[in-house]
Amino acid sequence: MATQQSRSAARLMMAPAVVLLLGWMLIPLTMTLWFSFRRYLPLRGGDLGWTGFDNYVRFFTSSAFWPSVQTTLILVGGVLVITVVLGILLALLLDQPMWGQGAVRVLVIAPFFVMPTVSALVWKNMFMDPVNGLFSHLWRAVGAEPVAFLSDVPLGSLIVIISWQWLPFATLILLTAVQSLDNEQMEAAEMDGASVLSRFRHLVLPHLSRAITIVILIQTIFLLSIFAEIFVTTGGAFDTRTLTYLIYQRVLESQNVGLGSAGGVYAIILANIVAIFLMRIVGKNLDR
Amino acid sequence: MGQITLENVTKSFGDTDVIPPLNLTIEDGEFCVFVGPSGCGKSTLLRLIAGLEDLTSGTIRIDDQDASQVPPAKRGLAMVFQSYALYPHMSVRKNIAFPMRMANIPQDEQNRRIEAAAKALNLTDYLDRRPGQLSGGQRQRVAIGRAIVREPAAFLFDEPLSNLDAALRVGMRLEISELHERLKTTMIYVTHDQVEAMTMADKIVVLRAGHIEQVGSPLELYRQPNNRFVAGFIGSPKMNFVTGAEAEKLGADSIGVRPEHIDIADDGPWRGTVGIAEHLGSDTFLHVHDTGLADTLTVRAKGEVGLRHGDPVTLAPQESQVHRFDAAGARLG
Ligand SMILES: Nc1ncnc2c1ncn2[C@@H]1O[C@H](COP(=O)(O)OP(=O)(O)OP(=O)(O)O)[C@@H](O)[C@H]1O
Ligand SMILES: [Mg+2]
Repeated sequence: MATQQSRSAARLMMAPAVVLLLGWMLIPLTMTLWFSFRRYLPLRGGDLGWTGFDNYVRFFTSSAFWPSVQTTLILVGGVLVITVVLGILLALLLDQPMWGQGAVRVLVIAPFFVMPTVSALVWKNMFMDPVNGLFSHLWRAVGAEPVAFLSDVPLGSLIVIISWQWLPFATLILLTAVQSLDNEQMEAAEMDGASVLSRFRHLVLPHLSRAITIVILIQTIFLLSIFAEIFVTTGGAFDTRTLTYLIYQRVLESQNVGLGSAGGVYAIILANIVAIFLMRIVGKNLDR
Repeated sequence: MGQITLENVTKSFGDTDVIPPLNLTIEDGEFCVFVGPSGCGKSTLLRLIAGLEDLTSGTIRIDDQDASQVPPAKRGLAMVFQSYALYPHMSVRKNIAFPMRMANIPQDEQNRRIEAAAKALNLTDYLDRRPGQLSGGQRQRVAIGRAIVREPAAFLFDEPLSNLDAALRVGMRLEISELHERLKTTMIYVTHDQVEAMTMADKIVVLRAGHIEQVGSPLELYRQPNNRFVAGFIGSPKMNFVTGAEAEKLGADSIGVRPEHIDIADDGPWRGTVGIAEHLGSDTFLHVHDTGLADTLTVRAKGEVGLRHGDPVTLAPQESQVHRFDAAGARLG
């Protein structure tokens, strides 16, 4: 958008979307801020007036706060690492000409169409169940003691479940990027004596960096607010209580809307810290 | 050293045979141009030599070593692609250094070669730019620079100038010819532009549908084309072909005369009317109609010729310069 005219035309045309999005964002945000400064206990007297920063102090100093932040970061980080690494490998694999390519691609993308609640329940009951799960049968078949995944390695299991759901998204975006790689460049590198690994490192990876950035940013936004998977598997037990889940517990289980809202504001702050941090490391790829 | 020999080389993609058995020797230090119409297999042949395509059968020897199974990087050849194929996220310096980095050449030697190549190709001021910030001609030079620093046994060029505008093309043509004079390295150059072939080559290989139609120096091909295809392909504007009675008089199925070998003469045997006259300044090309010989005869005349559209004209072919062809298109005599 080079000229003054095209710039103002662009602004005009974007205005409706911007106004709608701002309204969409600002109204809930304002309500959350409002409630976070009030003592609001729906089943124990309702709205009991202003309390200043009381809710914030209580949420912050509660023994559950820091562990929940830590859990959130581990969960998001773990899923990001797994989906990006496997996504790149899968994208490279799917880019190879092979028999039944179309069918394989549809299959790889399929998990994305399964609702989070359903997929988490399937994993919990059909794969990870210590008595009847497929894994326990597998373990017994090789003579090992079945593992109670969701209570012994709860966070790891959750990361696996969520990665399984998000892998198709990462693969899809990365696949389109892999396909746009210029073939002559690869051939030039081959003639220049670059091995498969150095071609990956010097050509494929830089070419994918922008797509990786997009995958990381979009996934982070959604992963920070993961809820259903935790709700139907561990219910927040065994150190799987993320910040989002903690807020849910404060509002619905403890019936303390004010405290939960304060938590919500902390979640916003955390999301922004993570976003700024990510933009710093990977965001420069977007400028090119 | 860089002698390249192809022995009974064939290539098929599935059921389509792109290259039928083909034999060719390119001598060390030669500037060899593959020329032919689009789709005739020039790129395929070049990629076979480079090792980017597998041979269906036959042998490729580089300096008398069988290279048929040698991977591309080990053949000691450098290729310049039509799209330049520069690495977009690396600076010009890194692009040029890449093949040396892959070959683990010491850093100071790398720098020395980069400086030398940059100086030779006028790239010194652009070394820290990215390819995206360069013009087409500069990108082309970077691609050549990346090939030079490898000090290859032979350079392979696949239509390197086809993305450039006409003026730049002439300039780069000279630069590549000069580079060849200086390095004396074997160069194989693919083009479908016969002017590039004529001006640059030591040896031209004319291809049609994977077949070699003729191999020879530019002047040999110009003077003694083996067949109608080569005769029509080499030379600009195209050779005029005449069939019928006029050809039979000379005992041929068809005869060919180049535009520059037809004179405007009052007592000439051929008459016609001038159609379009293309004035190039130094020369004028007349398109002559209604001769009863061919649709149009192209005739080269002097720059200041006074003929206009619709004027009658009599023409005389230079008898020693008439090429005769038989029914199959092969040269007679
Ligand atoms: N990978 C491939 N699979 C099948 N056919 C191919 C393949 N590559 C090339 N061909 C065919 O081989 C023939 C020669 O192709 P090639 O690219 O060598 O032509 P070319 O002489 O370089 O033409 P141009 O001047 O247009 O570049 C063409 O008919 C083309 O369709
Ligand atoms: Mg080609």
